[in-house]
Amino acid sequence: MAKTQLPTQPGAVKTGGARRKPTTRLGKAQETSFSAVDWVDERTSLSGGMRWLMFRKIPKGTNWFYTLGSATLFAFMSQAVTGVFLAMYYDPSAINAYESTRFLTNEVFLGEFVRGMHRWGSSVMVILIFLHMARVFFFGAYKYPRELNWCIGVILLVLTMAMSFTGYLLPFDQRSYWATIVGVNINGTAPLMGPFLSDFLRGGAEFGATTLSRFYAIHMLLIPGLLGALIGAHLYMVARLGTTAPPWMKAEVSPELREERV
Amino acid sequence: MNQREKEQYLRDYSILKSKGKPFFPYAVAKDSLMAVVVMASIMFMSIMLGAELGPKADPTTTTYVPRPEWYYFFLFELLRIIKPAVLTPVAAIGAPTIFILLLILLPFYDRSPERRPERRPIATTAGILTIFVMGYLTYLGASAGSPNEIDIEVPAQYEKGKIVTAQAGCLACHKIGHNGNDGPGPELTDIANKLPKAALLRTLENPTAPMPSFKDLPQEQKLAMVDFLSQLRGEEQGPPPE
Ligand code: HEC
Ligand code: HEM
Repeated sequence: MAKTQLPTQPGAVKTGGARRKPTTRLGKAQETSFSAVDWVDERTSLSGGMRWLMFRKIPKGTNWFYTLGSATLFAFMSQAVTGVFLAMYYDPSAINAYESTRFLTNEVFLGEFVRGMHRWGSSVMVILIFLHMARVFFFGAYKYPRELNWCIGVILLVLTMAMSFTGYLLPFDQRSYWATIVGVNINGTAPLMGPFLSDFLRGGAEFGATTLSRFYAIHMLLIPGLLGALIGAHLYMVARLGTTAPPWMKAEVSPELREERV
Repeated sequence: MNQREKEQYLRDYSILKSKGKPFFPYAVAKDSLMAVVVMASIMFMSIMLGAELGPKADPTTTTYVPRPEWYYFFLFELLRIIKPAVLTPVAAIGAPTIFILLLILLPFYDRSPERRPERRPIATTAGILTIFVMGYLTYLGASAGSPNEIDIEVPAQYEKGKIVTAQAGCLACHKIGHNGNDGPGPELTDIANKLPKAALLRTLENPTAPMPSFKDLPQEQKLAMVDFLSQLRGEEQGPPPE
């Protein structure tokens, strides 16, 4: 190892070396954390990407409506975290599903709270995603050059609705059981793909023992994976193309006419 | 948008962008505040509304309410509204499928460079209309009579059978008069014209899947139900739902 020398990166290593040797304990601690950041950066060159992401400009006139997308993202993250905790107790077998949910709700410390957060969080996320979509629609933000990001968004919408549909069955109480039977059957009346989709969801021609574990796997692995990947693509495109300015903003060149707005 | 309009847009946009503020900390601050609001709302709802858990799923039950999550109401209402109309082909191709396709293709058929909502009258009107229709359908779904009710007027001796039938959840899969789901089971409004009493009883006890078997119901209830069904000839449909 001793003979290998990494090519010195401009900036990272040099500043580390140029800094004066710290004497105080705090100074030493700071030094260590700087060099930890440098160490990572030397191997990943992340700092450039972070700078690109964090210090890109947001157009003039950007208002609160532009927070709806990140609010949706936040609701999604909340669902992910609460979902992990629910999965620690949930048992996706037709025999135990209900019992494990009941135990989680009634016996586990804060169980009902976390389950309630997951449950109402889904409503909040659906409301936010529709509001975000409405903002994008009325601001004409789906037009050139952001068409593709709109298409990704529609897929995100479908996946979010599918999350809710598959999650609804999991507590396995009367309401969720019968609503899902009806739902899957309605699915089956769709053209072409309909019957296949229904069979795939049920795990056969009938609502059986495999149905529940199938819904569980789809709900906690398949769709969240897809959602996560597509949200990543969505956000990359947002950063890449920049967010739109509100449609009524005029691009004036003369600096005298510039009015400062937040 | 043609090439000139695209270039014009990119030029204008780069001016507006250069006059803007950096994402960090300005947008990050707003987004964080919004995140706190979202988190607080979710926690508040969880504390106030809790997480109810109904009785355990029972495939052969006699009372249940097959209700979806509220934000699916508009879809179910849509299916119910389109189903019986002359528009069967539309329903057959699947209204939701069309809706999703229309959405995903939006940037490809709306190609005008205009972005201000008040100068895109068609798009803006369509958007507002969609919101109103969805809101109205959600309201309809939320306030729809319980699926455990049958509105048909019947002679007094069939009243008991009517109640049993309503509470047995047949309406989840069958339509009787104006109540119930049109599918997956056939409409029962005129079932008496198709099946004799004995066949009705046989269907109840030994049905074709996915219809659950009702052989565990008390005999007396089963007979009351069969009596009720065996006088449904389709001419008396009751008042339409408002
Ligand atoms: C889970 C859904 C479901 C439920 C609940 C249900 N059914 Fe059915 N029913 C069906 C299906 C599907 C068929 C068609 C079966 C077939 O293809 O033969 C059917 C068929 C029937 C038939 C025969 C119709 C014909 O034209 O041949 C009768 C009668 C009937 N159901 C009565 C009832 C009654 C009464 C109840 C309530 C006690 C009930 N069903 C509950 C799904 C259901
Ligand atoms: C999981 C769901 C979603 C997440 C997490 C998400 C996240 C975001 C974020 C953070 C932005 C940045 C600007 C803003 O917040 O408004 C954004 C922009 C955008 N989103 Fe989404 N979004 C989601 C769903 C959707 C949907 C359903 C659509 C439309 C069908 C959509 C279309 C767009 C478009 C076109 C932009 C660019 C808007 C602009 O530049 O002004 N997104 N999204």
